[in-house]
Amino acid sequence: MNQFKGQALSWELKNGVVELLLHREPCNEIGLSALAELEKFASALKDLENKAHALILHSTLKSGFCAGADLRELYRGVQGMEKQTAARGVREFLERIHKVMNAIDGSPLTTVAAVNGVTFGGGLELALVCDLIIADKMARFCFPELRLGLIPGFGGIPRLKRDLGNAVVRDLLLTGRSFNATKAQQIGLVSQVVAEGELLRAARGTAAQLAKFDRRTAAAAKQFIKPIPYEELQREIDIFCDLFTQPAVEAGLKKFVESKDAQPYLP
Amino acid sequence: MPDSKQTLEEILDLAAAQFKVPREKLTPDDDFFKTLGIDSLQALDLLTRLEHHFNVELPDYELQGVSDFRTLAGRIQARL
Repeated sequence: MNQFKGQALSWELKNGVVELLLHREPCNEIGLSALAELEKFASALKDLENKAHALILHSTLKSGFCAGADLRELYRGVQGMEKQTAARGVREFLERIHKVMNAIDGSPLTTVAAVNGVTFGGGLELALVCDLIIADKMARFCFPELRLGLIPGFGGIPRLKRDLGNAVVRDLLLTGRSFNATKAQQIGLVSQVVAEGELLRAARGTAAQLAKFDRRTAAAAKQFIKPIPYEELQREIDIFCDLFTQPAVEAGLKKFVESKDAQPYLP
Repeated sequence: MPDSKQTLEEILDLAAAQFKVPREKLTPDDDFFKTLGIDSLQALDLLTRLEHHFNVELPDYELQGVSDFRTLAGRIQARL
């Protein structure tokens, strides 16, 4: 399927580049419907890999690339549910999203996350599956999960650890602070920072450059340099599900969802 | 390095320009959420612009509970 238009995302193959657009208001939160469409994309990816050399992920929303998991949907979904039952549902969700993330991570295409605005939690984890992250100057990154009594669950820690030094990972994870694109580039997370409005041009320019290389060579280089940390990813799911049954999570979700605070996105 | 008064003035100028509020309507002790009419996502945008403008890194937990320009200026000044 060379193109698709859904509620949460769309994709199109054009000139050897697949562009995956996220467009679910308010900020591309990933709930069940977005997950289903991501799975649809992951299924289509195998076929697209034979026709393309690059994949660009980006958001059409000014608010940002992706604010992560749909916490409101999660909170409503587990209300009144026995904790172990809720944890089983969460595990199923995580297993499904990990399959999508792994499919993009391991794709022989060279993948580019072009991120703007809020790139938080699961949104940052989605960017981290890509080979390159190009950021709008106003992009902001964060792993806020600890304030919910959780750890990132979409593969963020193993992938961040794969890409960055452990001290940096601890800082971002344990403080839950957000940081800007300049900082993200300084720590090695982001490869290019561009002015506002220049993001897609830069990402497409990079994709055009990638077209000059032999695909087999590029795929071999990627496979060599970017192993998928399957064992740690599985451990992450296990830890997340263990934590999910703890009282701190319900309290954290309730606080976020019902907050009248003007700063719910500020950890 | 700007002094604290200059830092405050630059914050007010930047906020007025970014959120299209007449500069004369902004005062140091205003609640910027109310005066600018911004939500938490826009507050993050303001934070990012201020970090770029002053070339500082401002951990957002330092802004927890901060809602007026004067205190915000103090937090930034402490990082210059």
